[in-house]
Amino acid sequence: MNIPENLKYSKDHEWSDTNNDVAVIGLTDFAQSELGDIIFIEFPDIGDQIFIGDTIGTVEAVKTVADMFSPLSGEIVEVNENLEDAPDLVNSDPYGEGWIIKIKLNKPKELDLLLDSKSYETLIK
Amino acid sequence: MTASKKTALYERHINLGAKMVSFAGYQMPVSYPVGIQKEYSAVRNDVGMFDVSHMGQFSIIGDGTLDFLQKVTINDVSKMKVNEAQYSAMCYPNGGIVDDLILYRKSNGYFAVINASNIEKDFDWLKQNLTGDVELENLSDEYSLIAIQGPKTRELLSQFTDADLHIPFYSYIDAEVCGNKIMLSRTGYTGELGFEIYGNHIAVQEIWDSLIDTGEVTPAGLASRDVLRMEMKYCLYGNDIDKTTNPIEASLGWVTALDKGDFIGRDVIAKVRENRPNRRLITFVMEERGIPRQGYEIQVNSENVGIVTSGTQSPILNCGIGLGYVKRGLNKSGNEIDIIIRNKPVKAKIVKPPFVKNTSLME
Repeated sequence: MNIPENLKYSKDHEWSDTNNDVAVIGLTDFAQSELGDIIFIEFPDIGDQIFIGDTIGTVEAVKTVADMFSPLSGEIVEVNENLEDAPDLVNSDPYGEGWIIKIKLNKPKELDLLLDSKSYETLIK
Repeated sequence: MTASKKTALYERHINLGAKMVSFAGYQMPVSYPVGIQKEYSAVRNDVGMFDVSHMGQFSIIGDGTLDFLQKVTINDVSKMKVNEAQYSAMCYPNGGIVDDLILYRKSNGYFAVINASNIEKDFDWLKQNLTGDVELENLSDEYSLIAIQGPKTRELLSQFTDADLHIPFYSYIDAEVCGNKIMLSRTGYTGELGFEIYGNHIAVQEIWDSLIDTGEVTPAGLASRDVLRMEMKYCLYGNDIDKTTNPIEASLGWVTALDKGDFIGRDVIAKVRENRPNRRLITFVMEERGIPRQGYEIQVNSENVGIVTSGTQSPILNCGIGLGYVKRGLNKSGNEIDIIIRNKPVKAKIVKPPFVKNTSLME
């Protein structure tokens, strides 16, 4: 299972990559593998103000559906529109082309609540 | 809580990297590393192979067997010749379905294949209704079962057997495949040309290995199997049929032989047919993006009129498809309905089954 060391992780199996005050959010390798073939993703609207734990979208896979919960608080500033046509990018490249949304953080301190790669690895063991 | 059982092919699934899930008390492969879509395509276009050893098998023999089976199943068993198979169901006196099954007529009796989740329940039900001179035996642990499905199945299997594989749909032969004596049945749950192989564990392991070694067979799991069966409107017990549904509303009237004489549930089922059922199993396609799932509400003009029993994304139609029950009178194909997905109505349309036509099934 691929768990890059430079990312932060939530217990709901999302990763965050923060640059200045914008976090890129995606699903972990573990999450995409558990879900199986992903068919589409319902995004939040750009401009939505969200709090940590809010639903930020829904992932429909062939055999199941799962809500995504925001690992951080802030404003949705971008969604990965490439996933409209190629949702399988989340399966094939979960930490790269398969990123899902970008959030402009309003409480960067919340990053301390997230797990590092080692703790996340322990979680999914 | 008893631990899940393993089929004789369990180690092979692990070695192939399958994702295993607990299903009906068995550890079963839900998908392999190639993914559900590729497993699906293999079955629709080439050859896919499923381990379905979790399914249950009963042997029913004795002079009283025909009378007994006429009483406990809804189809007409007297019409079966040796080597024929018949799709059927067992019902409770109130018309609710105990299980659906495939019945085989062998030279010395009958062989019933039932759902894994219902093995104990079915065995108890049959025992409870047992009549004179019938010997019922649960052989579920003695048989392994694999399904080899897809338009190129016959071509591929012919490399491993001298048997004539041009046998009628819903019949079987005793054949030798890869040097093993097995029961080769022209049945399946995918809508494609295919065969199911019943044999002892060693025989089925050897056949599985030989077929995998050709490199031309894609092992496929429960997830793709579920998509394939939904596209054909094949019912799944626990989803589309159960003890609360009767065969008429489930569109199983074609296997309900009301004219064969008495059977368990007949009086109620005959009344349902006469008065028409209160609800009907329908097939629908999503007209907007969305995937219907079991338990979602069906509405017409914001009024609750039914429930989804199975749903998925159809790879061929590239849209959501589903099965579900709607109130009498609303089941016409072409009717517009709403599926309530996360509290939002999403447009769908009732269509005639199956979703996928012109498959290799009868080739």
